[in-house]
Amino acid sequence: MHEMALAQGVVDIAVEQARANNAAGIRLVRLEIGALSHVEPRALSFCFDAVSRGTLAEGAVLEIDRPQGSATCLMCVKTFPLANRYDPCPHCGSHQVVVVGGEEMRVKELEVV
Amino acid sequence: MCGVCGCGAGETRIDGKPLDGHHHHDHDHHHGHDHHHHGHDHTHEHVMPDGTVVRHSHHDHHHHDHHHDHHAHHHDHTGGSARLVAVEQDILAKNDRFATVNRRLFEATGVLVLNLMSSPGSGKTTLLARTLTDLKGRFPAAVIEGDQQTSLDAERIRATGAPAIQVNTGKGCHLDAQMVTQAVAELHVRPGTVLFVENVGNLVCPAGFDLGETARVVVISVTEGEDKPLKYPNMFAGADLLLVNKVDLLPHLSFDLDALVANARKVRPHLEVIEVSATSGLGLARWYEWVEAARARQAAHALQPTP
Repeated sequence: MHEMALAQGVVDIAVEQARANNAAGIRLVRLEIGALSHVEPRALSFCFDAVSRGTLAEGAVLEIDRPQGSATCLMCVKTFPLANRYDPCPHCGSHQVVVVGGEEMRVKELEVV
Repeated sequence: MCGVCGCGAGETRIDGKPLDGHHHHDHDHHHGHDHHHHGHDHTHEHVMPDGTVVRHSHHDHHHHDHHHDHHAHHHDHTGGSARLVAVEQDILAKNDRFATVNRRLFEATGVLVLNLMSSPGSGKTTLLARTLTDLKGRFPAAVIEGDQQTSLDAERIRATGAPAIQVNTGKGCHLDAQMVTQAVAELHVRPGTVLFVENVGNLVCPAGFDLGETARVVVISVTEGEDKPLKYPNMFAGADLLLVNKVDLLPHLSFDLDALVANARKVRPHLEVIEVSATSGLGLARWYEWVEAARARQAAHALQPTP
């Protein structure tokens, strides 16, 4: 798993933004981690706690929003919720589908003091 | 170090030398000074459902002297001393910036970069060593070897005569784009080279990290399970070519090749598949044709040298 590297990215972004906003500390970091992204939220939280130690983000609450997966079918051009990447289009059964949602991995916002 | 995922930070080595300024987090970065701010402030108001009026002030920072992009957006309505800062940045933004640099560099110089990924034990290094030996003299080739520890693979590759650099990720489970940038600087890759990047053996983590490669080649061997594309969908969803290795062993196994291909195409429709055996040589000619064709396409991108 690569959650350590991702947690590092989160802390780097959060600390950089907190400094740019002259914050003394970070209380909360809100992330958006899509259900189809290659991230295990529990592992990410664990790594965040480890990586944030000694930084402005130490002790911050990590809040993770989980946008669900969605895909558009190239055969029938319908968009539908996608639970697994290997699921077919529920309308026509085709696997010719393009993921259009659920791959997000973003830092949305911070609460700083 | 992370006991859950085993990832490490700050332990990367390129041919034994530490990679500076990478993954260190608890020191001061160069933030908040020496930046050119071309920003502007403006405020506007929103009316919330309960009728309260919220005033936002927006402030955009554009830092031009290094690779950080700030689009900060202050909300002043949290009251007290706490405030919300809207960030809206991709977690992998830093990796992706280095990947963009790599991709532009490779396109400009007509260097074909193949990111080879697989589980440990798929025969990736054997396949690569055989490829380099068989294609010797056809085009310049170079290799970046990614492993957590040891330079054993780079030594195997150098024995074929191709220049190779070993990136040790320490406890890290994947190569990232910045490691490739630095390795390429050390390798002195010539225009027109085919650069093979052998990623850390792992079907999970490397999938998330764009290296700036031209194509992703996933290697799976017939001694693994046909259901791997369903178990590790992110890896197969990003693949440009699937090499099925060790097919000389098929008579001794109950492996269902058609099921493997069908599963892979559930997550990556139209995925090209080539069956090979790095030891018997079966199917390698098709793989070599694929490499040559990809190399020709990449060379067509390259900037013409100025006279």
